[in-house]
Amino acid sequence: MRPEDFDFVAKLLKDRSGLVITRDKAYLLESRLTPVARKRGLKGLEDLVGGLRTAGEDLLREVTEAMTTNESFFFRDIKPFDQFKAMVLPYMLANRAAKKTMRIWSAASSSGQEAYTLAMMLKEEGAKLAGWKIEIVGTDISTEMLEKAKAGLYSQFEVQRGLPIQLLVKYFKKTAEMWQIDPAIRGMVQYREYNLLHDLKPLGQFDVVFCRNVLIYFDQPTKTRVLDNISRVMPDDGFLYLGGAETVLGISDKFKPVPEQRGIYATTRVPGK
Amino acid sequence: MKSCLIVDDSKVIRMVAKKILHELSFKTEEAEDGAQALEACRRAMPDAVLLDWNMPVMNGIDFLREMRKLPGGDHPVVVFCTTENDIEHIQEAITAGANEYIMKPFDSEILQAKFSQVGLL
Ligand SMILES: C[S@@+](CC[C@H](N)C(=O)[O-])C[C@H]1O[C@@H](n2cnc3c(N)ncnc32)[C@H](O)[C@@H]1O
Repeated sequence: MRPEDFDFVAKLLKDRSGLVITRDKAYLLESRLTPVARKRGLKGLEDLVGGLRTAGEDLLREVTEAMTTNESFFFRDIKPFDQFKAMVLPYMLANRAAKKTMRIWSAASSSGQEAYTLAMMLKEEGAKLAGWKIEIVGTDISTEMLEKAKAGLYSQFEVQRGLPIQLLVKYFKKTAEMWQIDPAIRGMVQYREYNLLHDLKPLGQFDVVFCRNVLIYFDQPTKTRVLDNISRVMPDDGFLYLGGAETVLGISDKFKPVPEQRGIYATTRVPGK
Repeated sequence: MKSCLIVDDSKVIRMVAKKILHELSFKTEEAEDGAQALEACRRAMPDAVLLDWNMPVMNGIDFLREMRKLPGGDHPVVVFCTTENDIEHIQEAITAGANEYIMKPFDSEILQAKFSQVGLL
């Protein structure tokens, strides 16, 4: 790949999705974008990049999506979800007892496993949540992943990564080669296309935010910007979950770690803001 | 060190499972069918059983029901590992006392995920 082509695509990706791609990852561009080029009847990457310089929104979007990493699984890392159930949920139930409403955001929801994990957990709480209106919103930049999430269809491999067998039996149906999540669980999650780099206010306020395994792809200023923007759509007593390789430390002062808990942060209000 | 009894009539599957379980620091024992497995359990109850369904002599589900009746038979964590992948079989396994269920084909990632879910890791 020509260096000027690489630079052009790298800048495009950073501007559109925040993804930072360094020269040593040029092979990733090649392996993921060559199929996009082929699909368009182009010979290879060079033609694709040539086309990108004058391309319309469709192609730019397709290239951006092709470069996202969408890996996800049910109950990913387990601990954050145990912790949500043991601490954050009871806390919210107590603090929101008057309004009986709560909003949870899966901020890079990919194929939906994170949002559906939360939905199943809430369903399992049963009577405790009677009379509550709990919204779960899943957003992602990838329309392909959003479609998959909405369909709620997972392969045998996907339902075996992290999902307890009792929950598979209870909330999934087998359809030919795939497993489909129950309409009642699907109905608990709203999916929307949304770019984390954009103004987040139109999404409304969220009491709990799961923003896991997406900041790792961004550079430091972008991480700071996204975390600051997230804090603006959270209340004073909100909780943020990050992925196992992510932190707010040294990146944003809008959140502080919750003592003795990994991966979870509480909103802070900086005096004067 | 925890022990795991691998019950499968396929030598290849037993070898694959054994290799993964050793990497996860398990001591392993093998049985080719449910009857052999039951004998092994009478000698010493393992901490875990990785259990195929369809086997000659005694199948996995019959073994499981018998094993649960033995003294100390409630101790082993039982993870089915079978090509039976419909809800009815899974349900039957859970009712018979299985703790987790792996649908073949499996790999080390799935086995590890399932074992850690049931607290074996
Ligand atoms: C590795 S997945 C994480 C899925 C899930 N949160 C988890 O932890 O399992 C990362 C997701 O972030 C999405 N993504 C990347 N950049 C984004 C952006 N700027 N705005 C919204 N989503 C983005 C990708 O499309 C991808 O689906």
